[in-house]
Amino acid sequence: MNVDILVQNIFNALQFGSFYAIIALGYSMVYSILMLFNFAHGDIFMTGTYIALGVATVLLGWALPTWVVLPMTILLAMALTSVIGMVVERVGYRPLRDAPRASAAITGLMIGIMLETGVLALVGGQKVAFPELIKTETIHLGQITLTNIKVMIVVASLVMMAGMHQFVKRTKWGMAMRAMAYDFPVVPLMGVPINNIARLTFGMGSGLAAVAGIMFGLAYPILNPYMGIVYGWKAFVAAILGGRGSIMGACIAGYMLGFIEVFVTMIASSVPWMSPSWRDLISYSIILGILVFRPHGLFGESYSAKLRL
Amino acid sequence: MAMLEVTNMGHNFGGLRAVDEFNLSIDPGQVVGLIGPNGAGKTTIFNLISGIYCPTDGEVTFDGQNITGMRPNEIASLGLARTFQEMRLWRHMTVLDHIMMARYSKFTYGLIGAFFGTPKRIREEAEAKEMSYEYLKLFGVDQYADDYVTNLPYGAQRRVEMARALVTEPKVLFLDEPTVGMTPEELDDMIEVIRGVHERFSLAIFLIEHRLKVVRELCQQVKCLNFGQVLSEGTPEEVQDDPKVIEAYLGDTKAVV
Repeated sequence: MNVDILVQNIFNALQFGSFYAIIALGYSMVYSILMLFNFAHGDIFMTGTYIALGVATVLLGWALPTWVVLPMTILLAMALTSVIGMVVERVGYRPLRDAPRASAAITGLMIGIMLETGVLALVGGQKVAFPELIKTETIHLGQITLTNIKVMIVVASLVMMAGMHQFVKRTKWGMAMRAMAYDFPVVPLMGVPINNIARLTFGMGSGLAAVAGIMFGLAYPILNPYMGIVYGWKAFVAAILGGRGSIMGACIAGYMLGFIEVFVTMIASSVPWMSPSWRDLISYSIILGILVFRPHGLFGESYSAKLRL
Repeated sequence: MAMLEVTNMGHNFGGLRAVDEFNLSIDPGQVVGLIGPNGAGKTTIFNLISGIYCPTDGEVTFDGQNITGMRPNEIASLGLARTFQEMRLWRHMTVLDHIMMARYSKFTYGLIGAFFGTPKRIREEAEAKEMSYEYLKLFGVDQYADDYVTNLPYGAQRRVEMARALVTEPKVLFLDEPTVGMTPEELDDMIEVIRGVHERFSLAIFLIEHRLKVVRELCQQVKCLNFGQVLSEGTPEEVQDDPKVIEAYLGDTKAVV
């Protein structure tokens, strides 16, 4: 095996890991703070991608240059997708906050189906192309070839993760989020409006999912309304594997997933009796194995929930 | 009119009458105790007044304002703070974070400040930090500021919880069995801490206790609760000598004799 392929695969893994990690962040934050699996999150990612597509198409229709369209698409798609996330929280989850967890979980599934079929009804089932907002350029570094989009995705993701980490660690909202993750019912007694924090959590998670959607659209410009499902599942796996209450954990687990998938594919293609379609079978067996030994996830503390007051 | 006034408050859990016809009035600076056997409904009364449960009947007014059925965070920001019997700390947050968190409603910076560190945020955080250290020193736990609360000795955790409640600058403080599980020495320390806090901040305190020593030393007024109803009230001595109270705690003594 030569170094070129190895380095390219590392970058592929980093790129996939970035998608998983950014989506997993939204999952993990909601799960940590509200003890809630927001199964609609993968579909919020898909919706964000379609919103970005819509915004970009309109802006390009006004003949604006791409360097104007790209930042505006990011900002508008983030804002609109955040609003969707906050509406989902208000309508779907807040009334069920004290309901059995299973009811809240199927709420997520139902909202997911509503988003999928909603997009299907509005846009149609045919695959649509995401506009090329950044001209793909190939970078040659010695023997290694990369695309500028891959590099940008990895850098942008790392910046966002660092930003979220700082936000949760330092700001008043971040502190409230951490406190809610440890002992939810006490937090309002410190004068913290927990409903606002819950709304903010959904809004931020959804905004991040929209950015992940834009990056996905730039790297794989073919969209369909069901694209969120598999990414949602995998990001969910990353969120749990990372451990409850750990932003870093979700990110690292997201990248782990990316690396395991890409390198399993690489190895499987070189073994004569295997094929790349073995990828997920082997990858997720490995992750199941990790969970058996670390049932609370990589960075989760062993946690016994005290929900009584 | 008293600062905190509870009139005919009652609460049902399903068919169980957990609290019945409860009346309370606390003046500024007054220390009132609430005693009673386990399961008498003492903590329920705390939860009803602090907004965790909404009373089935009756009315709670605080500073002249009707707070019945208000959200806990609204009641808290009006100036009511509390601690918990089983110490509800946020395990893997540092002591300093606990105190800073309790200053939440005093921070006014916005999302821009959160991501870019505006001068306003820097100033507010510096102020909050200074104030937090002041409170930690007051409770003698400033040396633990950067430790996770789980790593602190029990007595220190209790003090952190009390500091967290006080840094919200309450007018009345609810303490739910602050001395539970303490050795006699820790108990004396805690009595001194509560007395010091009461004097320094001229706070009103509403205190649940099992240990009569604490009640005798701190409270001017005591209520004894049993099966959700007030059995006896008065000065600590009066309540302590009331045969009905003795019976509630020890059973019918005449039957033994």
